[in-house]
Amino acid sequence: MIVLRKFLRAFLLLLGMASAALAGPYEEALPRFTSDSYADTDAAIGAVAASGNPLAVDVIEALRDGRLLVGSGQVFIRRASGDLINAATGQAWGNPAGELKPVRLNNRVRRAIEAALGSLTLLNPDAAKRLEAARAVFRSRDEAALPALEKAIAQESHVPVRNALETARAAILLSKQDAPPTQKLTAVQTLRDRSDQEALALLSNLPAHAPPEVVAAAGKAADGIRARLAFWQAFQNVWYGISLGSVLLLAAIGLAITFGTMSVINMAHGEMVMLGAYTTFMVQELIRSYFPGLFGASLLIALPLAFLVAGSVGVLLERTVIRFLYGRPLETLLATWGISLILQQGVRTIFGPTNREVGTPAWMSGALDVGAMSLTYNRIAIVVFAFSVFAILLLVLRYTSLGLYVRAVTQNRRMAGSMGIRTSRVDALAFGLGSGVAGIAGVALSQIDNVSPNLGQGYIIDSFMVVVFGGVGNLWGTLVGAMTLGIANKLLEPYAGAVLGKIALLIAIIVFIQRRPRGLFALKGRVVEA
Amino acid sequence: MTAPVTPTLLYLENVTVSFDGFRALNALSLVIDHAEMRAIIGPNGAGKTTMMDVITGKTQPNEGTALFEGTHDLTALDETAIAELGIGRKFQTPTVFEMHTVEDNLLLALKNKRGPLATLFSRQANQERERIDALLERVRLTAQRHRRAGELSHGQKQWLEIGMLLAQEPKLLLIDEPAAGMTDQETADTADLLRDIAKSKAVIVVEHDMTFVRDLGVKVTCLHEGSVLAEGSLDAVSANERVVEVYLGR
Amino acid sequence: MRTQYLFDRQTVLVLSILAAAAILVPAMNGLVPPGSALHLSDHLVPLLGKYVCLALLALSVDLIWGFCGILSLGHGAFFALGGYAMGMYLMRQIGPRGAYADPILPDFMVFLNWKELPWFWHGFDWFPFAALMVLLVPGALALVFGWFAFRSRVTGVYFSIITQAMTFALMLAFFRNDMGLGGNNGLTDFKEVLGFPVQAGSTRVVLFVLSVLVLAGGYLLCRWVVGSTFGKVLVAVRDAESRTRFLGYRVEHYKLAVFTLSAMLAGVAGALYVPQVGIINPSEFAPANSIEVVIWVAVGGRGTLAGAILGALLVNAGKTWFTAALPEFWLFALGGLFVFVTLFMPRGILGAAGDLWERSSRRLRTRRSPQPFTQAAE
Repeated sequence: MIVLRKFLRAFLLLLGMASAALAGPYEEALPRFTSDSYADTDAAIGAVAASGNPLAVDVIEALRDGRLLVGSGQVFIRRASGDLINAATGQAWGNPAGELKPVRLNNRVRRAIEAALGSLTLLNPDAAKRLEAARAVFRSRDEAALPALEKAIAQESHVPVRNALETARAAILLSKQDAPPTQKLTAVQTLRDRSDQEALALLSNLPAHAPPEVVAAAGKAADGIRARLAFWQAFQNVWYGISLGSVLLLAAIGLAITFGTMSVINMAHGEMVMLGAYTTFMVQELIRSYFPGLFGASLLIALPLAFLVAGSVGVLLERTVIRFLYGRPLETLLATWGISLILQQGVRTIFGPTNREVGTPAWMSGALDVGAMSLTYNRIAIVVFAFSVFAILLLVLRYTSLGLYVRAVTQNRRMAGSMGIRTSRVDALAFGLGSGVAGIAGVALSQIDNVSPNLGQGYIIDSFMVVVFGGVGNLWGTLVGAMTLGIANKLLEPYAGAVLGKIALLIAIIVFIQRRPRGLFALKGRVVEA
Repeated sequence: MTAPVTPTLLYLENVTVSFDGFRALNALSLVIDHAEMRAIIGPNGAGKTTMMDVITGKTQPNEGTALFEGTHDLTALDETAIAELGIGRKFQTPTVFEMHTVEDNLLLALKNKRGPLATLFSRQANQERERIDALLERVRLTAQRHRRAGELSHGQKQWLEIGMLLAQEPKLLLIDEPAAGMTDQETADTADLLRDIAKSKAVIVVEHDMTFVRDLGVKVTCLHEGSVLAEGSLDAVSANERVVEVYLGR
Repeated sequence: MRTQYLFDRQTVLVLSILAAAAILVPAMNGLVPPGSALHLSDHLVPLLGKYVCLALLALSVDLIWGFCGILSLGHGAFFALGGYAMGMYLMRQIGPRGAYADPILPDFMVFLNWKELPWFWHGFDWFPFAALMVLLVPGALALVFGWFAFRSRVTGVYFSIITQAMTFALMLAFFRNDMGLGGNNGLTDFKEVLGFPVQAGSTRVVLFVLSVLVLAGGYLLCRWVVGSTFGKVLVAVRDAESRTRFLGYRVEHYKLAVFTLSAMLAGVAGALYVPQVGIINPSEFAPANSIEVVIWVAVGGRGTLAGAILGALLVNAGKTWFTAALPEFWLFALGGLFVFVTLFMPRGILGAAGDLWERSSRRLRTRRSPQPFTQAAE
């Protein structure tokens, strides 16, 4: 298979480089690698790439990876396996004579390598490789690649690759001094259609030699792209906002339960999130050591465990400390703050103060492109996850008996108690539920934040803001609060900067609470007043 | 301020309060004269406490008029301003300053300047002492003068709260269930005290205890579902068919 | 009156101890020869001075929390603002002695390539102005913040949370270089205060004694406030806020007045703190700091004033010892203290001591003085 593919590639390259002679340029170019001069290496790359020799790709890839060795006037490729082959002949070379040194690289050489590989792989049968190659050519803007590019465009049937190839050609044409203005105008057109940040950069940085009509067309096209990008940027910001909102929702929703039902200010809530994140870390460590195949499922395995770990700590906390402090919210606040210090220091003692590495499963890496927006899969996963947790929690509170009891206790503790609901048990369970949900949030946040003993601290103030803004005792309020704060934060950021935006938002919430002390969706009536 | 609309002390007309669709008061109208004592009865949820909340500024009505002395619009004032106008309120559960002595409770309630600066630089005058002595005598707490209010019995707290109300020298007293949790003797004594107070001030008493209401011997208003169901002497009201229906659930 | 007598007793005790400190510390530092067991080494003087400033901060928290039930989790902000006001004065005193030798601009501004002094830095080279700002800046913030909060009846934990957000927002703001207050590094490298070298041992002794005197003054001020009818109204608000309202008191005015007074005290504490520790930076605004102050008060006994001083001294001495001897365990100890005090000693050391005292004296008397304290607070 590989042999066949190599053969095919060589064949196509031969077609592409019609001018290349069969014997000569490649062999002639090779010795220039041995001269230990960047200029020679650069020239050799161009010559090798243009030679059409089947070994050309291997040579340049080896050069890129530092596996192209020279010694006693000859050039060798070291395979990944460690075997040496003679670059000139492709024969194995078991017994190197004398000392071999890798060919040295600098940035100019690296650019040449990228351009050369780009043009060499433009005809690769693998569409993904071709796309990558087209992008490499686009970035390098190497005029030498133009013939290969033309050839590739003529053959290309895969639309995204073809688009990429055309963009690359347009980029080269625009920077090529002697290209005819009509071609340049077409290039402007192509770039306008591509209409992304790179195209904009190209169009707004035309070389000085560009003819005036091209400059005018490019200016117009650039304006168009800017407008389009601004349009998409707004969506992108909203998306970032939703994504941040989801993070806030995850962090705050457990708090909404404990604060809402028991009016307990749990300052250790952030540490429950942290415990969830560390549970994820532990699960991944175990999987890495014993079941490497399960790594893709590590987060799914971590979810129930994180719920259990954080939930049990929550129940323990409720039973040993908080239940003695009901009706004394300020004291509860202080005691739970003490617990948060203990948990932080405990984790710091066990796991060390530094950040712990939590891996991202393969299925969560990468991004989805929508228009000019890029939605990374891990953010999408977190948004979906946050909404799922919200929905499940809503269902739990709506349709289970625990939910019924919790709602009863939230609305009127004394009445619920006299109706035979064991409020203290409901408290413990609700506290466990809220803490467990925080643990689950920790699993998700381990994907986007540093897993360190301070993880929880960063969320506690924001979470309180969300809950207080949304209104206590109302999950929908928490949802709206989280999303509003998330989106407002991200929409403010471009204008005010991250820090000022955050300050502005904090002030806005402080003012808001003073306007509506009970939040956006407050329970009303006599019960609350009492 | 508009010109006096009515010569009465308290004038409520068409007052409606709703919480999330539930109407705690439904077009309630009530008129209280100077130095009149009125007993308000009604089953739970009839709106008695909400009515007091409206009069004292704790709750804003959704619609309706609430005038004090014909000129003051109670719906536009807050609790403090209404208290300064001369409306005193005793809560359903006795609410006194438990950590203060009985004497200090009365001292804080005395009609004096209420501003932070005034209280910061105030000195206790002999005149105040005499007023406190008289009040203690009247609510029978002279012996408890230096005890912390939190240590008083339930009935004593009720009386202390009434004493605090008197110290405010209000024109209208709102008294919510003064007899709750009291012994028979205490109840009777409380009725005496209230009758005595009513000689010079207007009093609204909310009470469930019919014996107590009978002891008061005043005009009775029966509330039901946020509006006035019947008004008149206790006998007339208890004979009212609709009142019987509401109370007995027929 | 008996209550008056008790106040005097505690006050006399507190003042005697403070007077003893003001005399003994300089004596043990300056008169007792080094090497003697009673000698107080130079580095301990500013450390003790630091404790005294923190005790004043704790006193300011006790005034509002212990007597009016207002739990501020942002009092560190007022402390830090007072500290910054003093720090700005000290920066201006550096003059051309900075690393960049600019006669006007502090080093960090030269470093940031600023050409002129921002408007709010003017006047801080004059000590009386700076001293005024130490009071006015925290006071004004408290006045504005409190006016909004108390007018709309934000109480209990809601108030605590927004004060925490306030100090957090200020911390973020002060971290910015654009703020013109030294950003991350804050203000430091002070040279002189009122013409005396900041680092000199004698200056530090004087600063210590001054701090003790100010603490004594602050204590007397608080004592006078809580002993007045005003103070009785505060306790009334703490224990039955709506009752107080129905009595015709403008609760929000009282809260605002005491909150502002307390913020000013905290500002003075910060201003005395800065020359003794030699630096003020945005980490003083960290919410965790403000919460820690509350636990000092709780440990000593809330609503007793003397307890706040005692708690601040004890916990900070403990912190110094722990972070030197067992740094790993300090947070365990502090966290445990939070839990222990709230669960088992809700009235703190002085409260517990007062209980014992009261129990033994109950046999003799039936009359009792008001204990400005409740277990339930909101």
